[in-house]
Amino acid sequence: MKKLVESIGRRTSHSIEELGYVSVLLVDTLVWLVLGKSRQQPVRTAHIFHEALHIGVYAVPIVVVLCLSVGMMLAMQGLETLKPYGAQSQVVVGIALSVTREFAALIVGILVAGRSGSAIAARIGTMKESQEIDALRVIGITPVRYLVAPLLVAMMLMVPSLTILGDLAGLLGGAIYTAYELNMSIATYFDRSFAVLDMYDIFQGLIKSLVFAVIIVLVGVSNGFQVQGGAEGVGRATTRSVVLSISLIVVADMIFTFFLTR
Amino acid sequence: MKNSTMQTATVSEDVIQVENLVTYYGERKILDDINFSVRKGEIMVIMGGSGSGKSTLLRYLLGLNMPTSGSIRLLGKDITRMNAREMHDMRKNMGVAFQGGALFGSMTVGENVQLPLCEHTRLDKNTMRIMSRMKLEVVNLAGFEDLMPSELSGGMIKRAALARAVVMDPRLLFFDEPSAGLDPVASAELDELILRLRAAMNMTIVVVTHELESAFKIADRITVLDNGEILLCGTVEEVRNSTNERIQNLLNRRPRDETLDVDEYLKRLTGRDI
Amino acid sequence: MKYPVKREGKFTVLLLNGEIDLNCSPDARKQILKYLNNNENLLVDMSAVEYIDSSGVASLVEGFQLSRGLKLDFALVGVSRPAMQVLQLAKLDKIFPIFESITDCL
Repeated sequence: MKKLVESIGRRTSHSIEELGYVSVLLVDTLVWLVLGKSRQQPVRTAHIFHEALHIGVYAVPIVVVLCLSVGMMLAMQGLETLKPYGAQSQVVVGIALSVTREFAALIVGILVAGRSGSAIAARIGTMKESQEIDALRVIGITPVRYLVAPLLVAMMLMVPSLTILGDLAGLLGGAIYTAYELNMSIATYFDRSFAVLDMYDIFQGLIKSLVFAVIIVLVGVSNGFQVQGGAEGVGRATTRSVVLSISLIVVADMIFTFFLTR
Repeated sequence: MKNSTMQTATVSEDVIQVENLVTYYGERKILDDINFSVRKGEIMVIMGGSGSGKSTLLRYLLGLNMPTSGSIRLLGKDITRMNAREMHDMRKNMGVAFQGGALFGSMTVGENVQLPLCEHTRLDKNTMRIMSRMKLEVVNLAGFEDLMPSELSGGMIKRAALARAVVMDPRLLFFDEPSAGLDPVASAELDELILRLRAAMNMTIVVVTHELESAFKIADRITVLDNGEILLCGTVEEVRNSTNERIQNLLNRRPRDETLDVDEYLKRLTGRDI
Repeated sequence: MKYPVKREGKFTVLLLNGEIDLNCSPDARKQILKYLNNNENLLVDMSAVEYIDSSGVASLVEGFQLSRGLKLDFALVGVSRPAMQVLQLAKLDKIFPIFESITDCL
């Protein structure tokens, strides 16, 4: 019993420590973004573009495929559910709202966490193990400025952009299936979708996607920096960062939905 | 406090002074009351077995860790009391070659060597390129600048790391385990290179190593570290002729002779008191 | 900062002095490239140089290469011992034309 309490206590204090570490990391990154230039250590745009390419552009095909599938799946379930009530045409409203407010952002968040979050943790972890982080510091380059700040900027640009793409792909997926089932043209489907949607729905998805971006970077980076114990440690950190960021994304999504729908 | 950091190296020729350095890792004491100094233009070898604390000592000299107590003066300025900007300026005078090279895997060899220049100077791109190639020439890596670090052998990586460490013509050069993982020829070449660099650029060099042969060849003075304490700090001759048992053990590669307490040992094995 | 210049026969003589380090070498470089681009034969007098770092040497290398492309004469004069050691490190003592004094080149 005593051991259990002790272990809970230790875990709690460890979590709080980690939360503190992550907050410091976030503040540090923002400070470097703003003050980097005056400290003669600017955050370089070339690095931001490089990261954006890997996080965003290369993820386009898979985002399109996944969101298209989710849109179709929603259409199938929606039509099935609404059939007894003879309200099949209302499926357009359901898909439009759930894709823009919820699914596009969530799918993109989970996808990027799996694709890029793990890569971030692995890269930074490997750099730490091979003393590259130390090498940066002795050269006089702050690792947070050099490695984290470009990532955060790129992530906060690309995750919302991918979310907008996901919105469109999701609607298209819904449109293809619904048009086929209800003998409706795809153009009519989109007209009716846009009639239902207002800016606030899109905005809800984008706000969430920004939060997801921050979560993915901070979880990946902090796990990477805390790597210990060689290649095995890097593997552990990578797994941990994916699981942790996907969990945080889902929970954060729920909390945001609660407040945004009030 | 302000005054102590403002003072510059005027009085002494000592460019590195470590005083009463004590450090802990968690509860465990790693370095105990370390005192030594390195003179300008000198090659100081810090020697010790694994676990002696020599790598830890290097981390403190580089300002990567902050000590529990004591002071570390580089070029007359105490790095334990510096703010970020002063430290940043100090780093321009320091070059470090890490044990595994620590070249950045995402950059070519040439970009690695140029990185300190890109970060600290506003020289013309052309000048930077020539400077980095000159240093690669010095370490016999001319023509390898467009390769990625993963395409180099162990010895080449160390030499590339050395080129990056000296590209800014630093006044202090730190080298961690130059001969670790190298064959005797490559390791002898590296020793030769260290001596040439010192002769030409009048750098002060601190080398951390456990290789006796290399240490005796390049050192002006040797600091012998064991169990977090300094056993001796003296010339090569003084170390060779030392009568200290632990130093002789290190020189003759004899395993450490532990005195065993019977009860203590039994407790260690069984996990129980008597 | 501008280094003094004098004419000596067919040569323009650039008199470097003090410490040619990261701060001063861009000025030295600018002057060297300027005279060569004006089609002037250049001697770099280094007798008053107390210290030259690799950025300074890199500027000399750049100048020397430009001079060869333009078929101009370029030489170093009065290289002090410390400066010579820096040149030797990268085997540049065997590359640059080096003379004891200006009269030797004329």
